[in-house]
Amino acid sequence: MKPSALTPPTLRVGTSKSVIELASVWKTYRMGDQDVHALAGVDLTIERGSFWAISGASGSGKSTMLNLLGCLDRPTSGLYTLEGLDIASTDDDQLSDIRLRHLGFVFQNFHLIPQLTVQENIELPLFYQGIDADEMSERACALAERVGLSDRLTHKPTELSGGQQQRVAIARALSNNPSVLFADEPTGNLDTATGKSIMELLAELHHQGKTIIMVTHEPDIADYAQFRLVMRDGKIESIDQNAEPMRSGVST
Amino acid sequence: MMAARFIRNVRLGIKTLLLHKMRSVLTMLGMVFGVGAVIAMLAVGQGASEEAFEQIRRLGSENIIINAQKPVGQSGSGTMQVRMSIYGLLYDDLDRIEQSFETVVRAVPAKLIRGQGRIGGRTLELRLVGTTPSWFDLVKRELIAGRVMNERDMDQNANIVILTEHGARRLLAGRAAIGSQVRINQGFFEVVGIIKSESTQSGTMQTPDQDIDAYIPLNVAIERFGDITVTRSSGSRTREKVELHQLIVQIDSTKHVESTAAGIERMLTIFHPKGDYRMSVPLALLRQAEATQRTFNIVLGSIAGISLLIGGIGIMNIMLASVTERTREIGIRRAIGARRKQIIGQFLIETVVLSVTGGLIGIGIGMLIPWLITMFADMPTAVTLWSVLLSVVISVGVGLIFGMYPAMRAANLDPIVALRHE
Repeated sequence: MKPSALTPPTLRVGTSKSVIELASVWKTYRMGDQDVHALAGVDLTIERGSFWAISGASGSGKSTMLNLLGCLDRPTSGLYTLEGLDIASTDDDQLSDIRLRHLGFVFQNFHLIPQLTVQENIELPLFYQGIDADEMSERACALAERVGLSDRLTHKPTELSGGQQQRVAIARALSNNPSVLFADEPTGNLDTATGKSIMELLAELHHQGKTIIMVTHEPDIADYAQFRLVMRDGKIESIDQNAEPMRSGVST
Repeated sequence: MMAARFIRNVRLGIKTLLLHKMRSVLTMLGMVFGVGAVIAMLAVGQGASEEAFEQIRRLGSENIIINAQKPVGQSGSGTMQVRMSIYGLLYDDLDRIEQSFETVVRAVPAKLIRGQGRIGGRTLELRLVGTTPSWFDLVKRELIAGRVMNERDMDQNANIVILTEHGARRLLAGRAAIGSQVRINQGFFEVVGIIKSESTQSGTMQTPDQDIDAYIPLNVAIERFGDITVTRSSGSRTREKVELHQLIVQIDSTKHVESTAAGIERMLTIFHPKGDYRMSVPLALLRQAEATQRTFNIVLGSIAGISLLIGGIGIMNIMLASVTERTREIGIRRAIGARRKQIIGQFLIETVVLSVTGGLIGIGIGMLIPWLITMFADMPTAVTLWSVLLSVVISVGVGLIFGMYPAMRAANLDPIVALRHE
C-alpha cells in the first residue's frame, strides 16, 4: 500500500532518441501440445514523438504486440528496451510501476471504473502513485479541461456518452504524463463522428509531442498516424510512412 | 499521507459495499449473530458464576466447615416408640482439631437448637445457635446495634442473645431492642446486639422465613438445653443426641487449607467411623466452580469459534463472488499500474469493513440481550470488557483471514485476461 518508488532499474526518460526498441522478439504460447508463436521475431524502433498505427487481421499478433509494448506482458525471448530499460529483467511490481509512471492506456471499451466519478477515474493513476489529494484534484481538473469535460467532474461514467467516456479515459491516460500513450481500437465503440473527434484529440496530442501507439483495423483511422505498421502471422509485414497524416479530419 | 490514503481506501471500500446494501447486510449477519451470541452467553455465564463465587467467598476461602450429618439407615437404639439417634460432632473434636494442627488458627463450634422466642404477646420460631465469641470474628457480619458476644459472657454463663436484623424486626416489632428480655423456651435472655441478616446481604433471594438465628453462648446452650432434642411426629417420638452441629475451622493461609482439610478428615475418620459428619471446603468449591467456569468458557469458545468460522466463510464466499464480478475493474486497476499488494489491500479493507461492522452490531446486540435478561428474568448478568475487546479483535481477524484468499485471487489475475473479461 506504500507509494511505490521505482525500484532499481530506473527508466532514463528522454535520454535516447528512440523510446522503444524491439530486437528479435518472440512471444510463444503453449496451446495443448502445440507452441503458438504470437510474435515470431519482431524488430522495431519507435522514436520519440512518433504516432504509430498497428493493424492486421485477427490472430496476426497485433494485440500481443500492444500488450507487450504496454508492459502488460513480457517477451518469451528477444530484447525489449523501453526508455533504455530491459523489460525482460523486471519483476511484476517493477512492471506495474513502469505502467503507473511512464505509460498511458486508452481502450476500446473505455474501461472506466463505474463506481468512481469522472474526477476519481482521472485521478486513479495519481492515487496509486501516492500523490496527495490537493495536487490530484488540481491535475485532474486541468486534464478534464484539456479533453473538454470540465463540467462533468462529479458525474459517473454511466451518465456520459461513449465519446465523453473515451475523453475521460484519455485524460486518465495522460494524468501521469506518460512517455508512450497506447490506444487499443480507441474508436471501435464509437460512431463515425465521435470517433473522428477522438482521433482529432489524439492527433492534437501527437502534435504536442506525445508518442502514441494505436491498434486499429480501420484504414481511415490509421490515416491519422505517421507510421502504418501491418502485422501478419506474428511478423511485421510492412511499415509505411504517411508523409501527411490527417489532423483535422480533412486529408491534406 | 499514509493515513489519508488509508482513509480514502476505507471510504472507497464502504462506497463499494454500499452499492450492494442487501448483499452486504446479509453477509454481515453471520458476524452479527456470532459475536452477539458470544457476548450475551458470556455475560449470562459470568453473572451466574460471579454470584456463585460470591456465595462461596462469603463462607470464607480460609475456612473449613464441618457439619453434623445423620447417618443414613441407622436403626437407632431403644423401642419403636422411643428411638435415640446419637451422631454429630463432639466437644472433643473441637479441642482435638484446635490442638493437633499448627495451621489451625481457631475452630468455632455451633450447636443448633430449635426454640421459640416470646416477648409480650408475640412469638417467633427461632434457631438458637450456641457458639463462642470467635464466631463473630470469623463470619464478619455487620453489627447494627449493641455489641456482639464476648469472653465475659462465656465466663459468666450470661443469658444474653444476639438477634439478626430480620429476627429482631419480627419479634420485637418496634420495641427498643437492646436490653429487652426475650423469653426463649423456658428462660429469659437479654438482647445485647443485633447483626445484619445474611439474606439482605445477598440481595436478590429474600424469603422472610430465612435467617431467624439467635446467638447465645455455647455453655449456656449446653446447660439449659442439653444435647438431646425430641421430635414428635405422628405419635412416635424421635430423640436425637447431638453435641455439636457445626465446626468452622479457620486456617492461617489458603495455601494450607487443602492439606489441613485432608489431615482433619483422616483424624475424624478415626473418631467417627459412622461417617456422621460432612466436611466442606469453600476453597475447593471455589476451585471447582472455577474449573466449571473454565469448561463453560471452552464450550462457549467452541460455539463462538464455529459461528465465527461460518460467518467468515460467508464473507469469503461473497468476496469470491465479488472478485469474479469485478474482474474487469481489477484488470483496469492493474493495467493502470496498481501493484498486486494494492489490489490485495483494497479487497482486504472491504472484508475487514464488513466483518468489523458486523462485529460492532453484534457487540451492540450482545450487550442488549443480557440487559433484557436482567430486566425481565431478574437474572444477574455481567458483560465483561475482555469479551468486547476480544470480539473486536476477532472481527478484524476474521476479515483478514477470510478476506486473504479472495484478495489474493484478485491480485493474481492476469491483467490482460482480466481486461477482456465481460
